[in-house]
Amino acid sequence: MQTDLFQERALRRVARRQNIVVRFIRRYPLGAMGATVLLIFAFAAVFADQLAPYDPVANNFAVMFRPPGPQYLLGTDNFGRDVLSRIIFGSRTALLVAFTSSFVGATLGALLGVVSAYFGGRVDDLIQRVTDIILAFPLIILALAMVAALGTGTLNVIIAITIPMIPRVSRVIRASALALREMPFVEAARAIGASDVRIIFQHLLPNVVAPYLVMLTAFLGQAILLEASLSFLGLGVAEPTPAWGLMLRGAATQFAERAPWLALAPGIAISLAVFAFNLLGDALRDALDPRLRV
Amino acid sequence: MYRYFVSRLLMIIPTLFGVAVLTFVLLRLIPGDIVMLRYGTGALVSEDVLQAERARYGLDKPIYEQFISWLWGLVRGDLGVSMWTGKPVAYEVAIRLELTLQLAIMATLIAVALAIPLGTLAAVKQNTWVDYAVRVFSIAGLAMPSFWLGILMILFLLIFFRWSPPVVFTPLWQNPLANLTQLIWPALAVGYRYSAVSTRMMRSALLEVLREDYIRTARAKGLVEYLVIIRHGIRNALLPVVTVIGLEFAFLIGGLVVTEQVFNLNGLGKLIVDAISRRDYTMTQALIMLSAGVFVIVNFLLDICYMWLDPRIRYQ
Repeated sequence: MQTDLFQERALRRVARRQNIVVRFIRRYPLGAMGATVLLIFAFAAVFADQLAPYDPVANNFAVMFRPPGPQYLLGTDNFGRDVLSRIIFGSRTALLVAFTSSFVGATLGALLGVVSAYFGGRVDDLIQRVTDIILAFPLIILALAMVAALGTGTLNVIIAITIPMIPRVSRVIRASALALREMPFVEAARAIGASDVRIIFQHLLPNVVAPYLVMLTAFLGQAILLEASLSFLGLGVAEPTPAWGLMLRGAATQFAERAPWLALAPGIAISLAVFAFNLLGDALRDALDPRLRV
Repeated sequence: MYRYFVSRLLMIIPTLFGVAVLTFVLLRLIPGDIVMLRYGTGALVSEDVLQAERARYGLDKPIYEQFISWLWGLVRGDLGVSMWTGKPVAYEVAIRLELTLQLAIMATLIAVALAIPLGTLAAVKQNTWVDYAVRVFSIAGLAMPSFWLGILMILFLLIFFRWSPPVVFTPLWQNPLANLTQLIWPALAVGYRYSAVSTRMMRSALLEVLREDYIRTARAKGLVEYLVIIRHGIRNALLPVVTVIGLEFAFLIGGLVVTEQVFNLNGLGKLIVDAISRRDYTMTQALIMLSAGVFVIVNFLLDICYMWLDPRIRYQ
């Protein structure tokens, strides 16, 4: 009897661990909702070629300003391009920019933060002073400055969004790594003669994964907003690449009265994606690192 | 306190210097020559004209000399001359300052006016539909780009009231009513987004305060509930909210840049976007320096404010 009970408990524990996804959904329904919305956007981005009913960049002046209907679900714009197809392809641009810049920015930031905390002293001082200076620029102003220096285009927008993120992540990661540095296992690693590189990659970085993931998701939403803002200003992704921010530029305000659907769909797409990332980010923060405020 | 003030003030100087270096380096990173980029290459413009232009902007001198003279200009308050209009940057800024400043103040007031009552309401009615409504409202504010909000407002006003944003800006002192009806919409678009983080902060700060012993004491001695909330609750919860409002000042700058574009307002935000699109490098450089400088100074003032609001904080 006794052993059966133990076995049952052990089995249950295993089952619980396997169902981490189910548990996440139960405890953080809003976060799960955000994740679902994002999966839909990701699906649209990956299978855009199959999903989009029309070519997103082909002009067709015979069907300009068609209101939403059975043939064009979200209507057409001033060049006769299908809005739905452009939204679907736009999610590819948005997610590409957001994921690349957040991933690169958060990873470089984490590395810099850990290095800064681990070495301390002059290295730390130098990195922190440079961080101070970059943080003195408001996010969008630094992004605008980068665009001014590099020019527009998808790759440059990714760089312009990545650079301002690095110091913001490194600050948070550094704080976590400072506490880690004093841990006995780091001292033990040093005692058996592990190199600095080994300690950083094997012992410190794996232990800052929680704040790293939280920062990464928090920046995904911000990156989408920033890309949309830059593109809207004409300083981001360049025409004819389909991008949500770009779709709101020009036509959406010029023909506001004639074709209000032009202004609605891209804005809803941006808000929905950012909203979903924020919900997921909040849930991840609560689950992984509740003290962190981002 | 005086000591902290001075040391904090002295810390600004190396930061501002670093900001100047970074701004300068960033805009010199541009591949090729600024003048070449602006006037096109070879055929259209003769080499003599290019040389003359370079000399006009001091680009023929060595790079460190250029930096020193630019920095010396900044120290004296001379921001240089615009490559596009040929007028001093300071003049271009001055004629647009009133609009942007008014918009910024209005947006901040709207943000505060939304955040404090809504955050208080959500905290007091925690876990009721009021709380959920406020939270959804503030999360939505974070997700909606302020330029889209602006476009929606224009759409709404145009369809229902046949109102479209006027082309010319009316200063406040000329016609207050026309001025306010023109600026209230962009201020709302920026202010709503600006308020979102502060509303969340107000809610969580007040929830924390309401759990304190002195709140129970105040209730136990029979103080009316609304006085408990106002006198003992809000007062103590306000500090982190003030900080957040200051920290989110960057949001305000970002919001202004895009919203001025939507509402066709000729302010500083539009000036910086135009300067970048027109490859007006002297103007871009000056404006980026200016906004970063303002941001640094606002953060400094915020630190001082923080100390003044909460005398318990002691700094080394």
